[in-house]
Amino acid sequence: MTGHADHGLDHGLGHGLGHGAGADPDPGREVVGFARALRDAGLSIGIAETEAFAQAVGWIDPLVRREVYLAARATLVRRREDLAVFDELFAKFFGGPSPDRGQAAPLAPRHDPHRVFRTALVSYMAERAETSAREVDVPEHEKAASGHELLQRKDFADCTAAELEAIARAMRELRLDLTLRRSRRLIRARRGDRLDLPRIVRDAARRGGAVLALARRRPKLRRRPLVVLADISGSMELYARILLQFLHGVTQRHARTETFVFGTRLTRITGQLQIRRVDAALAHAAREIVDFAGGTRIGECLHAFDRQHARRVLGRGAVVLIISDGWDTGDPARLAAAMRRLARRAHRIVWLNPLLGRPGYAPEVRGMVAALPHIDDFLPVHDLRSLQELAARLARIPRRKGAVDVGRSGGRSVARSVVPAPSGLAAVHARAVGWHRGEP
Amino acid sequence: MSEPPPGPRAPAVPAGSPVGPASPAASPAELDARAASPAELDARAASPAALAAALATRGYIVDDALAMTAFLALRMQRPLFLEGAPGVGKTLLASVLAEVFETRLIRLSCYEGLDLAQAAYEWNYPRQLLALQAHQRRLEAGGAGGAAAGDAADAAAELGGLYRDAFLMRRPLLQAIDAAAERAPVLLIDEIDRADEEFESFLLELLGEFQITIPELGTLRARHRPIVVLTSNRTRDVHDALKRRCLYHWIDYPAFATELEIVRRKVPALAEQLRRRMVAFVQRLRREDLSKLPGVAETVDWAEAIAHIAALGEPGDPAGSGGALDPATVDATLGLLLKYHDDIERVRGALAAQLLAESA
Repeated sequence: MTGHADHGLDHGLGHGLGHGAGADPDPGREVVGFARALRDAGLSIGIAETEAFAQAVGWIDPLVRREVYLAARATLVRRREDLAVFDELFAKFFGGPSPDRGQAAPLAPRHDPHRVFRTALVSYMAERAETSAREVDVPEHEKAASGHELLQRKDFADCTAAELEAIARAMRELRLDLTLRRSRRLIRARRGDRLDLPRIVRDAARRGGAVLALARRRPKLRRRPLVVLADISGSMELYARILLQFLHGVTQRHARTETFVFGTRLTRITGQLQIRRVDAALAHAAREIVDFAGGTRIGECLHAFDRQHARRVLGRGAVVLIISDGWDTGDPARLAAAMRRLARRAHRIVWLNPLLGRPGYAPEVRGMVAALPHIDDFLPVHDLRSLQELAARLARIPRRKGAVDVGRSGGRSVARSVVPAPSGLAAVHARAVGWHRGEP
Repeated sequence: MSEPPPGPRAPAVPAGSPVGPASPAASPAELDARAASPAELDARAASPAALAAALATRGYIVDDALAMTAFLALRMQRPLFLEGAPGVGKTLLASVLAEVFETRLIRLSCYEGLDLAQAAYEWNYPRQLLALQAHQRRLEAGGAGGAAAGDAADAAAELGGLYRDAFLMRRPLLQAIDAAAERAPVLLIDEIDRADEEFESFLLELLGEFQITIPELGTLRARHRPIVVLTSNRTRDVHDALKRRCLYHWIDYPAFATELEIVRRKVPALAEQLRRRMVAFVQRLRREDLSKLPGVAETVDWAEAIAHIAALGEPGDPAGSGGALDPATVDATLGLLLKYHDDIERVRGALAAQLLAESA
């Protein structure tokens, strides 16, 4: 069953290690060195793991390369994603070919990650790097009331660099309170629909056996997870930067956020956005994104999301935020199918389209048309005001899946007559128009 | 890290004298007949190869990577953390380990909101309440002359009596560290990804110390560390701190040879040629873009179904030498392999026929 006999001629750990305790004055050097190399490559490996590896070496034949490899893998790798890096480094550190892991991982990226294409975001980063020296910070006092008011409604696409800075600052203030859901964990409560028997017994014992009051419990409330899928393709370039800044803020403040960006392929950038400094975070994110800045294959990307991440991130009543203008060069049928599956798993799908802020815009792009029937909320995201509206709306996600949101932010509530949940282009378009009609 | 690696310590399985190479030759029938001695049990974890052989005699086939991780987990007394797609045999490994080491399997299935009361222990509240009321009635009956001081002492005694062993309900985690147990059990914590963070942090404590503190009774500590197996389907990321305590292994779908061997053991009635073709088909199917890929469990189910169909078939061809696997049969039995309507729709018909032809 084990294949190490074939590797008998290979050398594992150089000298002495585990070859009888104490034979080498410094037997752990290679173990420590290899652990450090892994750490430098970004794997989270601490002293505990290094010790575990050293301990494991005591149980195997350290001269058989395959055994050393397997023992190292068992003690040093904790995520499937880290396996590839681990294998590469193991080969580099101990020499020889990259160890065979059996079947190739089915999730291997289809594109060659080493070929870096021009991307909307990367070009933005480059541009930003050039201009950063000349960039003038807008002094606080210039942010006068009238100017601030103006910025609220100015389309991001029309903003100057200075104005974008001011918007970014304002965005940092923006709070995003996602709605709560009832979890299945019970906590003590004065009023609740379940009895707290441990407490009842304890109280009764204290009172000589008499049950005088019934202690109660109720479900604990938890925040819904938020999953963001942002389009960073060429057509969204004008909005990409500001939206990424917004996403960074969201990820920082809202712990259960998963963020992905897509163009022709999907990239998870949650980890990069968790870095506290905005610029560093965006630079890291940009490094992660390898993409064309041409077409968008929304359907393909949502499909990839469904296959690779949906199981993991869409549990527990997640709210999905898709940011895209709906320009899809792929097959609309594929997009519709991906949206249908997404809608089945997510508690609610909110689609943010910057073009929706433009007067006279109708969602006629075929990608948008394909996606519309599966969207719960279709909202604009082109100015600061719309982001504030979004924050307010996310705080009031209906508890029932697929429910039509009847309220509006800003205190006023435009009661929508209770009709069957709107579906199809006409209904959502009506909602979009309704949105503008309400605008003062 | 300058200290030399520890020599072989007392393993998780009952210790015996160090033994040489394992003797995996014992047949299952032989195994059932008698209980193994501690030395024999220890020999089953003497090396990764010995462990793999011991698992194989009970029908569980592992590759050398999983054998090594499981071996180290036993020897280093660390929990084994198994992640992988559904149906690759994560849970099964725990129960086969229990068989190999002839010990109890204690299973805890996780869900959101799982708390101490369900996972570790709970007091039997109805009985406690009844005991309290009985106590009160006794007081009332003989209470006419009872002094107030006597009452107070009585109540205190009763309070202690309320939290005694008889009223304690032992849930899986407490059972697993039961000091009275003869031998370390296998503790399976199934689908840990379904539990919430609160439970994870509790588990972290337990897996560190292998002890549970019950405020009313004191601290209970395991005499034998249980062999702990955690599984996750990865519906969410389990916290790193918990993984740190464990040896991690991602169970992939098995390679062709391994899967063929599994099917051979589980469904011996099939003709070899047919079996090869079926396993090749499933392997090929896993390269398709599907919502949910078929696991090993599905392959075995499907093989059983095909074996039944083949047995029905031509009398001259009892085990179906290949005739049983025509496109129509595959289409009709596709529901055993694929569990999503979209997937079945996609594969049924032309694609199934094509894959079948490729796996001939």
